[in-house]
Amino acid sequence: MKTLQIDVGKCDYGRDCAHECEAACASKVFKCDDPSRAALRIRLLENGEGRAILCDQCGDCVIVCPADALSRNKQGVVLLNKKTCVACYTCVGFCEKHAFERNPEWLLPYKCIACGICVKACPKAALEIAEAPTPAPRII
Amino acid sequence: MGNPYAGLTDYLAFHRAETNYRYRTENHFDVAKLRAAHRLIKETAFTPSLPERGYCYRGLYINIDTLEVKEQPVTQEMKDIFIGGRGFGLWQLWHAVKPSTRWNDPENEIVISPGPMSGITQYPGSGKSIVVSISPQTDIPIDSNVGGYFGPLLKFSGYDFLEIQGKSKTEILIFIDGEKGTISIEECPLEPLDSHILAELLTDMYAESEEDRVNISVVSAGSAADHSLIGMLNFSWFDKRRGCIRLKQAGRGGIGTVFRDKRLKAIVIRRPGVKGDLNRPADFETIAKTGVKLHRELRSLDPSQCVMRRNGTAHIVEIMDAYDLLPVMNFQYGSHPETHKVASYIWDMRCTQRTSDGCWYGCSMSCAKGADGLTLRTGPYKGQVVTVDGPEYENVGGLGSNAGIFDAEAVLELNFYCDTYGICTITWGTICAFVMECYQRGVLNLERTGGLDLSWGNWEADLELMHQVARGEGFGLIAGLGVHKMKHIFAERGWGDPGLLEDIGMENKGLEYSQYLSKESLAQQGGYAMTNKGPQHDEAWLIFMDMVNKQLPTFEDKAEALYYFPLWRTWFGLNGWCKLPWNDISPADNHLRHEPHKIPEHVENYLAMHGAMMGNEITVEDMLNQSARVYNFQRVFNIRMGKGLRIHDKAPYRSMGPVSREEYLSREERYDKQIIDEMGLDPTKMTLEERMAAHRAWRTGRYEKLTDAVYKRRSWTPNGVPTYDRLKELGIDFPEVLEVVRPFLIPDHI
Repeated sequence: MKTLQIDVGKCDYGRDCAHECEAACASKVFKCDDPSRAALRIRLLENGEGRAILCDQCGDCVIVCPADALSRNKQGVVLLNKKTCVACYTCVGFCEKHAFERNPEWLLPYKCIACGICVKACPKAALEIAEAPTPAPRII
Repeated sequence: MGNPYAGLTDYLAFHRAETNYRYRTENHFDVAKLRAAHRLIKETAFTPSLPERGYCYRGLYINIDTLEVKEQPVTQEMKDIFIGGRGFGLWQLWHAVKPSTRWNDPENEIVISPGPMSGITQYPGSGKSIVVSISPQTDIPIDSNVGGYFGPLLKFSGYDFLEIQGKSKTEILIFIDGEKGTISIEECPLEPLDSHILAELLTDMYAESEEDRVNISVVSAGSAADHSLIGMLNFSWFDKRRGCIRLKQAGRGGIGTVFRDKRLKAIVIRRPGVKGDLNRPADFETIAKTGVKLHRELRSLDPSQCVMRRNGTAHIVEIMDAYDLLPVMNFQYGSHPETHKVASYIWDMRCTQRTSDGCWYGCSMSCAKGADGLTLRTGPYKGQVVTVDGPEYENVGGLGSNAGIFDAEAVLELNFYCDTYGICTITWGTICAFVMECYQRGVLNLERTGGLDLSWGNWEADLELMHQVARGEGFGLIAGLGVHKMKHIFAERGWGDPGLLEDIGMENKGLEYSQYLSKESLAQQGGYAMTNKGPQHDEAWLIFMDMVNKQLPTFEDKAEALYYFPLWRTWFGLNGWCKLPWNDISPADNHLRHEPHKIPEHVENYLAMHGAMMGNEITVEDMLNQSARVYNFQRVFNIRMGKGLRIHDKAPYRSMGPVSREEYLSREERYDKQIIDEMGLDPTKMTLEERMAAHRAWRTGRYEKLTDAVYKRRSWTPNGVPTYDRLKELGIDFPEVLEVVRPFLIPDHI
């Protein structure tokens, strides 16, 4: 399956960049100017460490969705069917990586679709879309 | 305990079934022919609307005799005093019936009301409906809290309640299309009654496409509801992954019998386009954030707490057994060496995992487990492969251990037939336990049962008895009347000692006990018998707090719990919530909070969401007052119908202590110690009969003292009647309410 992956040695967590990845995701994927709407989050913590919150397409959300609104496409990427989604946010609460997002303005939740827009935007070339084995469905 | 892995290989097949949980026997019907036989006898148009802050401000009244269809206003007073759900149901029913009304009179109603919070998708357990009617078993109002999609779809069509009155002369169904704005009453002569077929058939019939099936919910009963007083209602939803309908039950009190007596075959609703904001709350964000918080809590803590997502409520089977609280053989004993055969690890394997099992969107507690791939061994569907909903703890206790049955497949088959036949599993469990003990003690025998060997553990006879109810024949017709009526029938026929039958017949107010052994939990004894509707644990499930967590050590603690918890739990039924996500999961730091047994953070969640829906803020006191209005109103309603007094809160002795010599001897050490510690007597100088008599006096005495204390705390008279001051304080001192209580209030209390 396709997943967004990060090279933590290259990413500087905003020390010397303008979070171009988040800005590109927000503007090109979600058509808004607010980078906090992005489907990935790169944070510099107070203790100086960096944290990247990325969807690894593990598929836990597919199993817990009560509306059967989430499924893998041919590339193994988990996609949300906006028509079927009922905005219960089980996916948001059950995502261990906190990578399934929601915000107060939008009813429907959203996630990374491994489109690669952020990869192209990253000035440090720290992001890539890589192939990874599709994990077996888990009992959650 | 025996080898817990004995017979495990029998279950390997079910691991395989997990990967193919869509496999089941398909029932093929000529839908076109069935539909062609329908005759439209009434069609009314309405304007669909969405709720505003949880309310649609109107209810739907349908008289299936006169075919009158009209909208009922939901006034501000109704909202303020009765909130919704059970409150609305009781209020509508109050106006529909007279003190002389019985369950099968045309004026009796079935009212289904989802409550203002029902239908939100973000917080687990928010899709409930409450069904209210005059019960065939108790002759007083019964309320039953049920999942499934019907309630939310009714509200999103534009109605806060559905009120059905009258009796049809022919078999009919009601179809509400919440998209097109039509209400149809149709004759439907050909459809079968049993719910697993009927709900699927009607879902297919009224859905406009395969994708539309998720937008349909069906209310139905089953063939056993036609021949018994213990009929229940199934509320369906379409399980997309399994590709079949699922059922949740409004089980207690015989509402399915009322439904079928009205010759209602089904109520079908269709409402496409469910989204998470259709209740249009004042503050959606608070509800969303609170919901996500609980989802996270369930994800991280459920595996180490109740494991509800894997086993549902059946996770407590072995806990109850370990604490001597599991009902075994008609509540004689609290544990059994074979409990491991129906313990949670069995259900963990037997229920399909890796799927979503909530009975409404967003319920990540997902306790509505499904056991797929059951091949039926008896009855009209013998040989078919079916999906069984559950089993829940109550079904394992009632259909299993209480009848001495420790065969998981048998429990599943009993569960399946109860559901599809439309009879309550809890009620059936206690009925079978009673008749089996009667068989054990010679009250019944082969001749009196028409050849049924009702020995403990004989699941085939248990199932045959149920099939007899469905066919309307044999001893099944007597069993279907329930324990209360059977006690009198057996005594009148001279089959047994009336005193023994009173002691072992586990019913109160005419309703059978649910499945907890309350002998050593005084709080639960009160939690059962001092209920409004009859002994159902959803009003005051205190046994776990009292016996397992030891959170109610003093007499005062127990009395206070019997004030607070019935009111707290009533609130779920007013709002359309399920109570399981309240205390079947706890925050990690719950033990550090004041009064941890109340799960304070979760109480705060509910109060915050209620305020967010309505656009106001409410406190715990406000919440208790909301519930107390409806709770006391229901008590007065009971009095109006001829019950609701102290005498009706009397408990059978089996629920309090050891009835028989063998019961005493099985726990002799415990009982003798109580004689020393609690009664100050010397058991070594007493005969067994004297020791049993001493226990009876002590146990019934403390129950009476508890009754006094609880009534006082509830501001009721010693006879159990709400005082004038209390009714006035609650704002329910309507003239018709005062008229009911006046004859029972001595001058001091007026």
